Amino acid sequence: MEARAVDPAVAGVADATPSRSILGELGRFSRRNTLAAISGAVGLFIIAVALAAPALAPYDPLKADFRRMNKPPDALHVLGTDQVGRDTLSRVIYGARTSLFVAFSAVILGTTVGSLWGVACGYLRGRFDLVSQRIMEILQSFPDLILAMAISMAIGTGLQAVIFAIAITRIPFGGRVIRSVALSVREMPYVEAGRASGGSALRIMAFHVLPQCVAPYLVLATTHLGVAIVIEAALGFLGVGVPPPTPTWGNMLADSITALVPPWWLAFFPGLAITITVLAFNLLGDGIRDTLDPRLSPAFLRMMAGGRRS
Amino acid sequence: MYAAVTLLGVSISIFVILRILPGDPLVAILGVEGHARMTPADRVRIMADLGLSDPLPVQYARWLGDIAAGRLGKSFFRGDTVAEQILHRGPISAEIGVLALIVSWVVGLPVGILSAFKPNSMPDGLARALSVLFIAVPGFWLGMLIVLGLLFWFGYKAPIVIVHLWQNPWQNLQIVVGPAIVLGLAQGAYIARMSRSCLLEVIGEDFVRTARAKGLREWLVVMRHALPNALLPVITISGVLLGFVLGGSVAVEQAFGVPGLGRALVTAVIERDIIVVQNLVLLYAVIFVAVNVLVDLSYAWLDPRIRFG
Repeated sequence: MEARAVDPAVAGVADATPSRSILGELGRFSRRNTLAAISGAVGLFIIAVALAAPALAPYDPLKADFRRMNKPPDALHVLGTDQVGRDTLSRVIYGARTSLFVAFSAVILGTTVGSLWGVACGYLRGRFDLVSQRIMEILQSFPDLILAMAISMAIGTGLQAVIFAIAITRIPFGGRVIRSVALSVREMPYVEAGRASGGSALRIMAFHVLPQCVAPYLVLATTHLGVAIVIEAALGFLGVGVPPPTPTWGNMLADSITALVPPWWLAFFPGLAITITVLAFNLLGDGIRDTLDPRLSPAFLRMMAGGRRS
Repeated sequence: MYAAVTLLGVSISIFVILRILPGDPLVAILGVEGHARMTPADRVRIMADLGLSDPLPVQYARWLGDIAAGRLGKSFFRGDTVAEQILHRGPISAEIGVLALIVSWVVGLPVGILSAFKPNSMPDGLARALSVLFIAVPGFWLGMLIVLGLLFWFGYKAPIVIVHLWQNPWQNLQIVVGPAIVLGLAQGAYIARMSRSCLLEVIGEDFVRTARAKGLREWLVVMRHALPNALLPVITISGVLLGFVLGGSVAVEQAFGVPGLGRALVTAVIERDIIVVQNLVLLYAVIFVAVNVLVDLSYAWLDPRIRFG
């Protein structure tokens, strides 16, 4: 591991003890935070399932089998089949693919844009910051799901539209938190030294301020993964997400309630998959937060929320 | 007041999202195929009919003027006006929202207090585990399971037509109680979590130690001294949480089959009914902003440091 700027107050890195290896670091993390480690393992397992979907899924998720429609779970179809005889297990597995791909892309896109914007706001301050803050405030004036719905409707439903829509709703969160980090970092002596030695604003932001934002960025990204998965599922459930026949957990749930008496297995398993995944990422996010960045504790986030004056 | 400026910005961004991003609004309304089927003359006529052929700033100004005059336009596909939809369906959604808020406080606060009372005890662990779980469970899925459970075991289905509180309170309650509980529990989980951590923070302070030192019973210390000081952030988070309720209610209403405003919005989005979407999204944003202004005001009212500071 490379040496990092050791100022716990700024970097929020609680333990500055040098470590030998990534494995050792991971071991320490899991000893201190067993729940988060288990969640991380579950998260990795789900990601692995999503990646290996073609190898794991027992059937083709799109292939209808009219001889076996609406069958409850049995030996042939472990989680049953849907109205047109598609295998639920295979669809849940492939659904993980879509859901995770959308969530990861959206969170990485949204949080990155938001964070870079936040760094610029916090470092440059002045009028740019003022205007940016207003824009983020406006973005936060919409309930997430409703903003995502409006955007994905405007740019046309489809995988990219959904990713883009969810990403936009993530921008202000990155922007606000990273801005506050940048605001405190810009007052540090080494940043001042950089300025004194003639570094351009861009250079100082990229080489001195940005590295300090990595920990909060990771925390933000992990915590928002869960939110993104729920928004994606809700969009799919409402029929404005990734369009069928692509299996997503959300539109599987939507399919299940079109029946007069919905088969319980169609309503139950995709939702269970969402819940387990969200739970895993939320707990992992909490654990990473506690380890990397105490400033993103509930107390701090509360302060951020309370800092919103009319 | 920034709120007014924010709302103006909100209206501009809705307008930008719905009018400028998609390029041709007719394609957005009719879909690519529907658009291709029409003759150019038809297109021009419909555009003019909808007032979509004017320059964008003119359209925007007219929209604001219409809202100021109380004209919310009407659905492109149905006869009813947006105002009628809001008046007819709004009360149901508003009831759900208010009830959800009540549920969240009634459930969340006592659980939070209980947790903070004996931190790291068994009940505290259980409360925390449950709140983590309820934060992760998507409300619309929980709603579906409840509807299914009622149907399977009791053969019960809530009425799917709109029954207002003043028409038949009992039937009205059957419609709103499910969504309210589902939304309220998710929020209650956040409130329990927040009130626990705030209380624990406050309990560590000097005045609490003084209260204990003068021999007050523990529950009096918590209820009289610690709680009032811990409540402020919980109120703030409640305002922020309203965003989840507003957004979440759209999906939860769908799950329960409640014919509320959220349902109207979803239908409009699927039908690409731009005028309806535009006004309903604005309405949701206005409510969200207004509640947060109220939260800020109540904050100032509750906290003398802000009132006199």
